[in-house]
Amino acid sequence: MSYETDIERIEIIVGELERSEVPLDDALRLFEEGIERLRAASAALMQAEARVRKLIEESDGGFTLADFES
Amino acid sequence: MKRGSRRPLVSPAELLGPQLFPVAEPPRAYGPRSLGAPLGLAAIPGASPESAISVELLAQQAKDVVEGAFPRLWIRGEISDFKPHRNGHWYFCLRGATAQLKCVMWSRDQRAVPTSPSDGMQVVVLGQPTVYPAQGTFQCVVSAIDAIGDGLWRKALDEATARLRADGLLELSRKRVLPRFPRRVAVITSPDGAALRDIIAVMRRRCPTVEIVLVPAKVQGDGAPADLARAIGCVTRWGQVDTVIIGRGGGAREDLWAFNSEVVARALANCVIPTISAVGHEVDVTLCDLVADHRAATPSAAAEAAVPVLAEARAEAAAMLIALREALVRQVQRRRDRVEHARHDLRMGVTRSAERRGARMSAIAGRLNALSPLATLARGFAVARDDSGATLGSISDFAPALDFDLLLQDGTVRATARSVHPSPRSPNKVQ
Repeated sequence: MSYETDIERIEIIVGELERSEVPLDDALRLFEEGIERLRAASAALMQAEARVRKLIEESDGGFTLADFES
Repeated sequence: MKRGSRRPLVSPAELLGPQLFPVAEPPRAYGPRSLGAPLGLAAIPGASPESAISVELLAQQAKDVVEGAFPRLWIRGEISDFKPHRNGHWYFCLRGATAQLKCVMWSRDQRAVPTSPSDGMQVVVLGQPTVYPAQGTFQCVVSAIDAIGDGLWRKALDEATARLRADGLLELSRKRVLPRFPRRVAVITSPDGAALRDIIAVMRRRCPTVEIVLVPAKVQGDGAPADLARAIGCVTRWGQVDTVIIGRGGGAREDLWAFNSEVVARALANCVIPTISAVGHEVDVTLCDLVADHRAATPSAAAEAAVPVLAEARAEAAAMLIALREALVRQVQRRRDRVEHARHDLRMGVTRSAERRGARMSAIAGRLNALSPLATLARGFAVARDDSGATLGSISDFAPALDFDLLLQDGTVRATARSVHPSPRSPNKVQ
């Protein structure tokens, strides 16, 4: 699930909750889904500083990532 | 050594070596003045019918003279009669206003040329003037060619652009939206170029949580297009990345030319991941720029386009949380309001119905009152009742000495009948 699909879904949920009166059960379900997605989307924002790496294609066609000193 | 000599004659020129005439002053050794040389006419090749030289010798000598007289040099003119031969060599004519020069360019020298020139194109060629003995022509062997202005590059680019357009690879509808928040960005560039340093610096500043994956590739010189295409294919096969940046820092046009290569452009167009092209500070748009999903003017600009500012993304997430909560609160509030309305309506309803009932009650009470015997008493009448409460409405109900009650409007009187008399008009007979 990518960051934008999460964010877009949250926007839809907020719109839904603001626009129409949805049954309370549904409203709560939507809210919970929104919170869950927000948590997932925010996880990427909170992780530690990422390293720079180098893509290496192995002779067998596989790939490995090696640290790259920049 | 004796090539071309008809007779075993040792001439001064032959003593000098393989060339009849020293390159430094060929015309003087050959001109009419030498006819009067003291050695005698017969001793000088070509100076008399007896010493006539062969065509081959002359042509060979002319070739040597011309090549000795002119180093490789740049020559300016207009291309005409351009003919690419089946064997790969190019033959053409370089024209001035009143002169022309036959030219040949061997296929091995064409690699650095972006595309074949076309007739009418103003060019400069780097060539060695020479003589081609087999045809007796003065010509130029060209080793480099460049259009005046950017004609040749422009033409190559236009041709490749047309092919890409014909295949639909330049359609705007193909352009994908870049991920707003990629977690991993691949950078296809030289591992020690300024472009990589710039991209790393900008991404670190804006969004240090994003992982940068370098995909090293040769960005200029021989083999650069093939290597760039290989690197793009590599990223496509790997696939574990959200955005791809391909580029390099600024440089001369030839240095950037790999990014105008059709093979690179096609590889980029086939990349399954959204792409950003960032080629130097070149004003011209490269083929890669045309097929990429996003074009950045510089590698730094590419990095800015690729990742958001982390603080802004965090603010956005925080704002979303607030929006979500408020939306839920409003949902609940809306319900509460509705219940409140209902309660109010209900209360109003009850009150109104009570009022209605009250009004009806008093109406009925009035009617009841009118019917009550008490009302009659109020008008001054009295009612007689015996001890059982039965009304004594006739004299037949009475007997002398009967105790009874008289009901008046404001109380009761205990009475005793003394005597009973029927009224004269009464039909009742009293015994």
